[in-house]
Amino acid sequence: MPEKTEKLLMKGNEAMAEGALRAGCAAYFCYPITPQSEIPAYMAKHMLERHLVFLQAESETAAISMVYGAAATGARVMTSSSSPGMSLKQEGISYLCGADLPCVLVNVARSGPGLGGISPAQGDYFQSTRGGGHGDYYHIVLAPKDVQECADFTFEAFDLADKWRMPVMVLADGLIGQMMEGVVLPEPKDLSTLLPKPWAVGQQGRTARAFNHVSSMSLVPAELEAAINARFARYDLVRKTETRVTLSNCEKAELVMIGYGSSSRVAWGAIQLAKAQGIEIGLLRPRGLWPFPYDEITELAEQGKKFLCVEMSMGQMIEDVLLAVGARSARSKESSVHFVGRCGGNIPSEEEVFAKAKEILAGRSEPWRLDGRLRSDGSARGAGR
Amino acid sequence: MEATYKHPKSLVSLQTKYCPGCGHGVIHRLITEVIDELGLQGNSIILNPVGCSIWADLYFATDSVQAPHGRTPAAATGVKRMLRDHLVVCYQGDGDLAAIGTAEAVHAANRGEKFTTIFVNNAIYGMTGGQMAPTTLIGQKAATAPEGRDPLEAGMGYPIKVLEMLATLEGTRYLARGSVDSPVNVRKTKQYIKKAFEAQMRGLGFTMVEILSPCPTNWGMKPVEAVEWLKDSMMPVFPLGEIKNQLEAVK
Ligand code: SF4
Repeated sequence: MPEKTEKLLMKGNEAMAEGALRAGCAAYFCYPITPQSEIPAYMAKHMLERHLVFLQAESETAAISMVYGAAATGARVMTSSSSPGMSLKQEGISYLCGADLPCVLVNVARSGPGLGGISPAQGDYFQSTRGGGHGDYYHIVLAPKDVQECADFTFEAFDLADKWRMPVMVLADGLIGQMMEGVVLPEPKDLSTLLPKPWAVGQQGRTARAFNHVSSMSLVPAELEAAINARFARYDLVRKTETRVTLSNCEKAELVMIGYGSSSRVAWGAIQLAKAQGIEIGLLRPRGLWPFPYDEITELAEQGKKFLCVEMSMGQMIEDVLLAVGARSARSKESSVHFVGRCGGNIPSEEEVFAKAKEILAGRSEPWRLDGRLRSDGSARGAGR
Repeated sequence: MEATYKHPKSLVSLQTKYCPGCGHGVIHRLITEVIDELGLQGNSIILNPVGCSIWADLYFATDSVQAPHGRTPAAATGVKRMLRDHLVVCYQGDGDLAAIGTAEAVHAANRGEKFTTIFVNNAIYGMTGGQMAPTTLIGQKAATAPEGRDPLEAGMGYPIKVLEMLATLEGTRYLARGSVDSPVNVRKTKQYIKKAFEAQMRGLGFTMVEILSPCPTNWGMKPVEAVEWLKDSMMPVFPLGEIKNQLEAVK
C-alpha cells in the first residue's frame, strides 16, 4: 500500500479500488466487463495477498447476490461493473434495498442500449437514480469527475452505506475509469470506528440475541407498506443531509451549465473558452445524483438564470433539472432549460458546448421540451448531429 | 423416564403453513435435529429460497438470509466466505436450484464452497401452482404440461438428475439422495444430512443432500397416494444413496 500523503499517478479504476481497500472493504465480488477491468485485477492482487475475500463470480446476477450474502453478515463489501452488467445486477440491488443492506456498487459506465459500445457514456442516469430494479426504492449515487474523487468518493461510499443502510453507487464512466491523474489517497479507515450492525446474521450464540432474518419479503400488504414508508422517511433524511453539489462562477453569469462527471469537465472547458471572450458562464456540478440538488437549481432559476445541461446521453439528468425549475407549474421557466449532448460513446467537445451557450445567450436556442422530441424546425434534439 | 423424542430446540413451535402431507416439515425437523445434535444452533445460518420453503425462516430458530430466486447458492457463498466457522445451509427446491439457479448451483459446487445444500426435489413448482419443474418426470402432468411432460414432440426436456451432474465436478465432496417416504428412508436421510454438516464444519468442500419429497397438493393426490407415487415413479428415476462420497479421501 503506498504512503498516505504521497501524490501518486493512478488510473480512475485503480483509485476506486484502492479507495475501497482503504475504507476496509473485506469482500469483493465481480464478473469481467470492459471498461472497468483494472478494478478486479487490482482487487485480486491486493485482496488475495491480504487474505480478504476476492471472488470472480459466474455472472453479474451471482456476483450481486454474493454481495447480498456477505453484506448480510455485516461485512464491508463491494462489486463493480459497467452498464450491461449493472442491468443484470438490478435484481440483486432491488433485494439489497428491500432488505436494507449496505454495500458499494461501482458502475464504470459505457454506451448502450443493449451491448452498445465500450466508449464512455452517461446513459445510465435514469437506471442509477430511479431504482433500476423493481419496486419502490432509491439509493445514494455519487458522481466523481476525476481520479482524486474516484478514490475519495469510493472511500466515503462505505461510510454512507453503513450509516443509511443502503447500497451506495459510485457512477463513473469509461473516461474517468481509464484516465490517469495525480491522486492523494485517503488515510486507511480505523476499523474500530465502524458502526455496529446489530441486524447482521452470525455469532448469534455469543450473545443469545433474538434471531436475525435478512429478507425483503412481506406478504401482508399493510406490513410491507409500513416497511416502505419507514424506508422513505429515511430517504427524506438522506435528501436533507447528503445532497452534494459544487457551484462555480455562478454569481455574474446569466447562463449556468449543469453537468456531472466527465460532462462537467467538458462544461468547465467551455466556460474557459467563454471567459477568454469576456463571457461569464457558471457551472453547477452535482457530485451526487441521488439525492439530486433540486433546491440549488430552483434558487438559481428564481434568480432568472438560464441553464444548459451537458450530458453524454440523449438527455436524462435534464429531466431532474426541469423538475427543479418547475416545468409543470411555471411553463415560462421551461424556456430557460437547454440541452447539449452526445450519445453512443461520444463526448461533446468544449467548442460545441460553447457554441450552444452562445446560441442560448443570443436567444437563438430552442429550449428543451419534455413533451416533444423534435425542435420546431423539425431537426432532432441534442447537439444536432 | 427420559423423553427420547423431543421437539428440536432449533425448530420453532409453530403451526405449519405447509400443506398436509408435504415433505418440507419432516425435512425441516431433520435439519434442526442435526443442528441440535452438533450443538450449532447459535452458529447456523439458513438460506431460504423462493418457493414454498420461503417460509423456512419462520421455522428455524437460527439466523437466516433470504436471497433472490435461484441465487441462493451465490448468497450462501457470500455468507459462508465471511463466516467460515458457521454452519451455512442452502435450502433449495427444484425450480430454484435446477432451473433459474442452475448456474449458481453448478458454480458454487465447482468452487467447492463449504456450505451444504439441502435440495428438496418434489418434481413440481409448488408455490406458483404446479408448473412443470426441471425434475418433473416424463409423462407427469403439470399446469404447464397438461398432457404430461413430453421431451420429444413438445420439446419439454428430460428430468435433470442434479447429483449425477454435479458428481463430475471436482469441487464436490459429498452428494447423497434421500427420501422422506418411509421411516427407514427418513432415518437414512438424517444420516446423510449429518455427514454433510460434519463435513462442512471440517471444511472439506461442497456437500449436497437431495431429498425426494411429496407435494400432494400439486400432484393432485391424497398424502398417502403421493408417498406411493414418490416410491413407484420418482425413485426409479432418482435412485437413492450416496452418489459421491470422497470424505475419506480428503480427510
Ligand atoms: S404446494 Fe407442495 S411443496 Fe408447497 S407446501 Fe404444499 S405440498 Fe408442500
